[in-house]
Amino acid sequence: MKSLTRLHVVCALGAVAVVTAAAAWAQTSAVDEIAKYRAALKDGNPAELWEVRGQGMWAQPRGPKQVSFEKCDLGLGPGVVKGAYAQMPRYFADADRVLDLESRLLWCMVAQQGYTDADARKSPFGAGNERKSDMEALVAYVTSESRGIKMNVALNHPKEQEAYRLGGKMFAFRGGTHDFSCLTCHGDDGKRIRLQDLPNLTTVAGAQLAYTTWPAYRVSQGELRSFQWRLFDCFRQQRFPELLYGSDASIALTMYLARNANGAAFDAPAIKR
Amino acid sequence: MHTKSWIVAWLAAGIASAVLIGCATTPTDVEVSRQAAAVLKDSFKANGQAGMDRLDQDETQRLCTQYANKALPKDVAEMIEKLNLASIKWPADGKWLGDWKNGERVAQEGRGKQFSDDPKGPVGGNCYACHQLSPQEVSFGTIGPSLLAFGKVRGYNDEMRKYAYGKIWNADAYNACSNMPRFGHSQILTEQQVKDLVALLMDPDSPVNK
Amino acid sequence: MADPMRIRANLVGDVTDVKVLMSHQMETGQRKDAQGKVIPAWFIQNVAVTHSGKTVLSAQWGTAISQNPFLAFRFKGAGKGDKVQVTWTDNRGDKRTDEATVA
Repeated sequence: MKSLTRLHVVCALGAVAVVTAAAAWAQTSAVDEIAKYRAALKDGNPAELWEVRGQGMWAQPRGPKQVSFEKCDLGLGPGVVKGAYAQMPRYFADADRVLDLESRLLWCMVAQQGYTDADARKSPFGAGNERKSDMEALVAYVTSESRGIKMNVALNHPKEQEAYRLGGKMFAFRGGTHDFSCLTCHGDDGKRIRLQDLPNLTTVAGAQLAYTTWPAYRVSQGELRSFQWRLFDCFRQQRFPELLYGSDASIALTMYLARNANGAAFDAPAIKR
Repeated sequence: MHTKSWIVAWLAAGIASAVLIGCATTPTDVEVSRQAAAVLKDSFKANGQAGMDRLDQDETQRLCTQYANKALPKDVAEMIEKLNLASIKWPADGKWLGDWKNGERVAQEGRGKQFSDDPKGPVGGNCYACHQLSPQEVSFGTIGPSLLAFGKVRGYNDEMRKYAYGKIWNADAYNACSNMPRFGHSQILTEQQVKDLVALLMDPDSPVNK
Repeated sequence: MADPMRIRANLVGDVTDVKVLMSHQMETGQRKDAQGKVIPAWFIQNVAVTHSGKTVLSAQWGTAISQNPFLAFRFKGAGKGDKVQVTWTDNRGDKRTDEATVA
């Protein structure tokens, strides 16, 4: 009797193992297929369309003061774009604030080009036919000029250190109806949400892989998405209220992730599902 | 001999001043947490059903944030579990099992509570985002454990049914600072939806147990 | 006005490898907006590529082509420094022409 029971248990376990193996196979192949799909798309990444548009805008006189972005200092001197993104966010003395790329562009639009703050932040994210975002095009151009350059974000200024510390804390902040924090999905290795692989952003390797592949053209949306959008949409799915564009929290989180990605070659605009 | 002791003295002074500077400029963990919460409040705006009150942490959220990057002390964990267990609203009619077919729908539904969702639209548990359930669904996440054959493996008894109900209602009652939302406690799902999910896990006819 | 295309043309041996990215919504006419109204079809209908006044590729497209389409093809007969001209026309009559130099 006793040995029979044991035999049954073994059989049941065997059956579960077979089912799990089949499911695992179905999944591995699905994940592989997604990887193949990405590789196939890489050659004709439509992000280039945004890069070209942004490059054209960069040199154009803009705003009430008709000043181009060639007067805008991204940290390496006015108008210097090459490699600038790989060292952002950073402290800017003229603004007395740590700024990421997008909040820096907003600053230049207001302080140099004469836009009102409201006008400058009118269209941060594009929406297909209805609205094209100049900001996303500018971001595509500027980031493309850091492709292949190693991430090198400094923590020299006390405000840079403060932003990094705060970003790390915010990453663990639980809230909303669902008790989600960034860590819920991005605090462990080898996890998936549905079939989507989740990077562990608390490790150097995870932060490097994720941060260096944003911005990205999202095939499912037909839009190029910036890092500010990435954070905005994460918080939407976390059931938080709406993250304000260029807010201190968005910059602190960007600082935390960008700094953790130091040492890896920047590889965006990328293409993602 | 003399020189050596001088070096030691200088070194000690250097370390002491480094520690002093460290104390003066590096805020404590509690200070950083407080500042982070304040900066977050200034960095969001209410949108639709997602109001600013969602950034107000309850005791559980506050403690789980505080201990997110370190080991949760045993007494704190017990306190959180006790607090959450006491708040579970058990079914008034004493029935644990709803309809597993509806439970499958709740498990698949990812919408609800986002500012982009219709407040009158469906609200689901999105269980497949993190768990394997019915073997037919291969698109499942791995943040939570596989729940394949949940009832079959654990036994179809009332104790297990009650546990499943309580766990879905408030996961922190059994595992402090769980990654899993407190679906009943936080009024994400209704009592009926929770029962339907219990059926998905515990009904012998449910595909989860086939 | 439509955004510029991104065209690359590279000579490999005697074959010119052309890659074109076009900026277009490519609306299928099957989708509905938030109000439930059908979004009218809007797509590139004709693509023509010329080299030295000679057509090297001519295509008729429909709604099955993706948003922001990518087109890659090869042809023989071009030399370095030659111009390759790409023109698309959509079902609304909008048109866009861009050119690239063979490298």
